[in-house]
Amino acid sequence: MTETVAQVLAALRSGALSAREAVQTALDRIAACEPAIAAFLAIRADAALAEAGRMDDARARGITPGPLAGLPIGVKDLICEHNIECTCASRILKGYLPPYDATVIARLRAAGAIPVGRLNMDEFAMGSSTEHSAFQLTRNPWDTARIPGGSSGGSAAAVAAREVPFALGSDTGGSIRQPASFCGVTGLKPTYGRVSRYGLVAYASSLDQIGPMALTAEDIALTLPFLAGHDTHDSTSADMPVPDYAGELCHGVKGLKIGVPKEYFVVGIDAEVEHAVRAAISQFSHLGAEVVEVSLPHTEYAIATYYIIATAEASSNLERYDGIHYGHRSASARSLPEVYAKSRREGFGLEVIRRIILGTYVLSAGYYDAYYLKALKVRTLIRQDFDRAFNQVDLLVTPTAPTPAFAFGEKMNDPLQMYLADIFTVSVNLAGIPGLSLPCGFSKAGLPIGVQLLAKPFAEDTLLQAGHAYQEATDHHRRRPPLCGGKED
Amino acid sequence: MSSLQPVIGLEVHVQLSTATKMFCRCRNRFGDPPNTNVCPVCLGLPGSLPVANCQAIEYGMKAGLVLNCSIARFSKFDRKNYFYPDLPKNYQISQYDLPMCGTGWLDADVHGERTRFGITRVHLEEDAGKLVHDNPGGESLVDLNRAGTPLLEIVSEPDMRSPEEAYAYLTTLRQLISYLGISDCTMEEGSLRCDANVSIRPQGSKTLGTKVEIKNMNSFKSVEKALAYEIRRQTAAVESGEPIVQETRLFDAATEKTSPMRSKEQAHDYRYFPDPDLVPLTFSDEQVARWRAELPEAPGARKTRFVTAFELSAYDAAVLTADRACADYFEEVVRAGAPAKPAANWIANNLLAKLNEEQRSIVTCPITPVHMAAMILMVERKEISSTNAKNDVFPELFSSGKPPADIAAAKGLAQVCDTGQIDLWVRQAIERNPDSLASLREGKVKAAGKIVGAVMQASKGKANPALVNARLRVILGTDHGITLP
Repeated sequence: MTETVAQVLAALRSGALSAREAVQTALDRIAACEPAIAAFLAIRADAALAEAGRMDDARARGITPGPLAGLPIGVKDLICEHNIECTCASRILKGYLPPYDATVIARLRAAGAIPVGRLNMDEFAMGSSTEHSAFQLTRNPWDTARIPGGSSGGSAAAVAAREVPFALGSDTGGSIRQPASFCGVTGLKPTYGRVSRYGLVAYASSLDQIGPMALTAEDIALTLPFLAGHDTHDSTSADMPVPDYAGELCHGVKGLKIGVPKEYFVVGIDAEVEHAVRAAISQFSHLGAEVVEVSLPHTEYAIATYYIIATAEASSNLERYDGIHYGHRSASARSLPEVYAKSRREGFGLEVIRRIILGTYVLSAGYYDAYYLKALKVRTLIRQDFDRAFNQVDLLVTPTAPTPAFAFGEKMNDPLQMYLADIFTVSVNLAGIPGLSLPCGFSKAGLPIGVQLLAKPFAEDTLLQAGHAYQEATDHHRRRPPLCGGKED
Repeated sequence: MSSLQPVIGLEVHVQLSTATKMFCRCRNRFGDPPNTNVCPVCLGLPGSLPVANCQAIEYGMKAGLVLNCSIARFSKFDRKNYFYPDLPKNYQISQYDLPMCGTGWLDADVHGERTRFGITRVHLEEDAGKLVHDNPGGESLVDLNRAGTPLLEIVSEPDMRSPEEAYAYLTTLRQLISYLGISDCTMEEGSLRCDANVSIRPQGSKTLGTKVEIKNMNSFKSVEKALAYEIRRQTAAVESGEPIVQETRLFDAATEKTSPMRSKEQAHDYRYFPDPDLVPLTFSDEQVARWRAELPEAPGARKTRFVTAFELSAYDAAVLTADRACADYFEEVVRAGAPAKPAANWIANNLLAKLNEEQRSIVTCPITPVHMAAMILMVERKEISSTNAKNDVFPELFSSGKPPADIAAAKGLAQVCDTGQIDLWVRQAIERNPDSLASLREGKVKAAGKIVGAVMQASKGKANPALVNARLRVILGTDHGITLP
C-alpha cells in the first residue's frame, strides 16, 4: 500500500511511483470519495498534475528532487496560496485570491509537496463540526450521518478517506486534534510559535497554530520539519532549532513519566471514550512509561477563558472584512455605514457573528476588566498548571474529546454544547503547549476515539516518539473507514 | 475681563523618515503613484502579520531621550479598533497603556524667557492611508501608500497658557526632532501634524475647564491663530454665561475661525487590547545608554559652543543652529579651512538669503562646503575683493557649482597685489588728478579717495584696495613730500 506519507515518499524516492502517479492516485481517490465525503471546497487537478509532471521531467534530467517531491497534500481553506481562492468557508471571502503564499505553503512547495485542493472547515475556523461552513457539509468517512469534527473537518476527513496522505489544518482550541480524533487520524497542534502563522487567516492570533494531519505519528515527524522554524514575517514564530523528528522517533516511552490529569476524567465523558483512553494509558505503561496522576486545578475555567480571549481577538481580526477593499460587498448598501453593516451581515454566518459580538462585548469599556483582563489572568493560571505538571512528568495523556463524532444537527442549536466538544483541547492552546491526537480505539458503533498526548513547549519530539511507540504497538491507526473498503492495510 | 486663563495642550504626530514602513518592508516614501508602495501587510490582507521596524523604535526612543522622558524597559503595541475606509485592518496598531516613553519636558524660549513645558508621553503607531474624494465618477478612492508609515505621537501636558507659548513649544519641538534627523517635520506636507486641546478657567483655579479639541491646523501660524480664535470664543461664551461644549472643532485657515466638526454624537470605544501579533518590546539599560550616546548635540548646547568656540555673536550662533543642517554646513565650511567669523557672515547673510529666495533647503545647497570655504579664503587672502566675491563669484558658484578659483579666473577677477603695477597706477592717477594732489597738500585727506577711485578704475577693480591705499601713502611721501595723518 502507498497510503501513508512514509510509504508514498519511499515509493517516490525509489522511483516506483512518479510524482504524476502520486498526484493522479490522490485525484482518483478524491473523485471516488468526494460524492460521499465532500471534504474539498476546490480541487486543482490540472495544475497539480502539471506541477507533478514538471517534477518528473526535472528528475529525468538529473535534477535532484526536493525531499517531499511529488507528495500530494490538502490545504485547509484558511491558509493562503498565491492566486488560489481562499474563502475560509465564508461567503465574505468568496472569490478572494491571495497575492502571496503562506510561509508554510512556500516551505512545503520548496520541498516539492504538491497542493491538490482546498479543504472545508467551519467558517473562519469557528466551530467543532464543520457544519458552520458556508458552502457544504463534510461527512465523517466512518459514518456519513455524522460530522467529521472541526474546524479542520475537511482535512481530517480527507486524510481518513485516504484522499491525500497529508493535510494542513489549524488549531485554535482543538481544531486539528478533535477532528483527528473523530476521523481516526493523527493530528498535531504544535507549540505556539513553532510554525509560522504568516498566511494563516487569523481567528485568534494568540492561540492559532498551523499543524499537520496524517495517518501516523511517523508521517507527522517526516513532514513537521518543513512547517516548523523561525519566520521573519511572523514575530511570534520561535527562533529555535528544528529537531530531526523522524530520526529520533525510535526512542520510545521507556523511562518516560506520563501524567494523567484527574480533572479530565470527570466531566460528561463518554464511557466508551474513557475505556479506550484508559486502555491507551495501560498500553503506555506496558511500553515502559511510568504513569502517575497529576492535577491541573484550573481546568474548569478553560472553556470560559478560551471563549473570552478567542472571541476578543476574533472581533478585531475580522474587522478587516468590511466590503471596502476585497471580499463581499453588499449590493444594496447606500452609504458607508451600510457597506459595513450589510456586507458583514450578508457575508458572515451566524456563529461568526455570535463570536464577533461576544468578543466586542468583552473588550468594551466597562466590561474589559471583568472579562478580558480576568481571562488573561486565568490564562496565566492555566499555563502555570501545565508548568507545574511538566516539572513532574514528561507527558500528559487525556481524551481528545469527551465523545466520538456526533450526528449532524445534534449541537447546532446549542452553542454551549458545541463549545464543550473542545473541553479537553482548549487549555492546550491557552498554555501554548503542543498536543498530539492519536487513534486509540473505536466505539461499539465503529466510531474512532482519540487519545491526546501533551508535552511542554517545543517537546514535539517527545510527543511524536511516544505516539510512534504507541502506533508500533497498536493498529487503531491502520483501520480503514468502511467507505474505503476493508478494515486494515 | 482678564480673569480667565487659557489652558492648552498639544498632541503632535510626527512621521518618521525610516527607510521602510512601521510593520512591513514597503518603502516609506511620499509622492509615488497611488497604491504602489503596498504589500499584503500594509494592505491588511487576510493572513498577513506585522513585524515591528527596529529603526522606527530607535527613532522613537531617541525622541523620548531628547524630550527628557522616562524610558520604558517594557512596552507593547495595542490595537485601536475603529472602522474607516483609510484603515485597511479597521484597527490601528498603536500603544495604549505602556508607551515607549513616559513623562518628560522641553524648554522653549518665550519672549526671550526660558519656559519649561511638560510632555505626557511619546508613543509609536502606524499612519492610515488617504482618501481621495471628488473623483470624476463620484466615488471616493483609497490610496494606501501612506498606510503603515511610522508615526510618533507626542502628547504635551496642558502646560501652555497662550498661543505664543504653544507656538514656542511647537517650534522648539520641531527643532529638537529635526535635529535628530528622524523626520522632515514639515507641517505643510503633513509630516508633522498638530491637534490642540483648549479650555479656559478662572485665573488661579486648579481644576480644568471643559476642553475642546481643535483639528485641521496645517501650519504653525494656523495653530497660533486657531488657538487665539478659540480662546476668544470660549472667553466670550463664559463671560456671557454660555456653557462650553466638549467637542471637536475644525479650524478654517481662510476664515481663521473654528467650527464644530460634524459627528455622530457617539463616544468612541476603541476597545484597545494588546496586539497578539507583535511580541512585547523590552529594552536593556545598555541599549538605552547606547541610544543616548548616539544622540546628536542638542541645538541649545550647539549654540553655546558656537559662541565660545568660534567667538560668534549670540545672534549669529542662533541663526546658524536653528537648523541642524545649517549648523552642520557651517562646521563643514570651517573644517574646510575658512575662518569662523567670515564663514558665519557668509552663510547667515548671503547663503541663507539666497536659499530662501530660491525656496531651497540647505540640504540641497548647490555650493559644497569646500567651495564655500575656498571662496571665503580667496577673499581673506585678498585674491579677490569681497565685492567681486559677493557680486560675481557667489552667484555663479550657486548656479554652476564650479570651483570658485575657476570662476574668478574665468571672470578675470584675481586681485592685483603686485606693488610695481600698483605704483604705476597710483603715479598715473596722481598725474591725472592735479586738483586732488593740490587738495591733499592743503591737508584735505578726503581727496585721496578720488585718486584711489581712479586706480580702481584703471585696474578694472582688480587692484587690492588695501595695497592701493598703502602705496598711495608711500608715493605721496616720497614723490610729493606729503604725509597723510
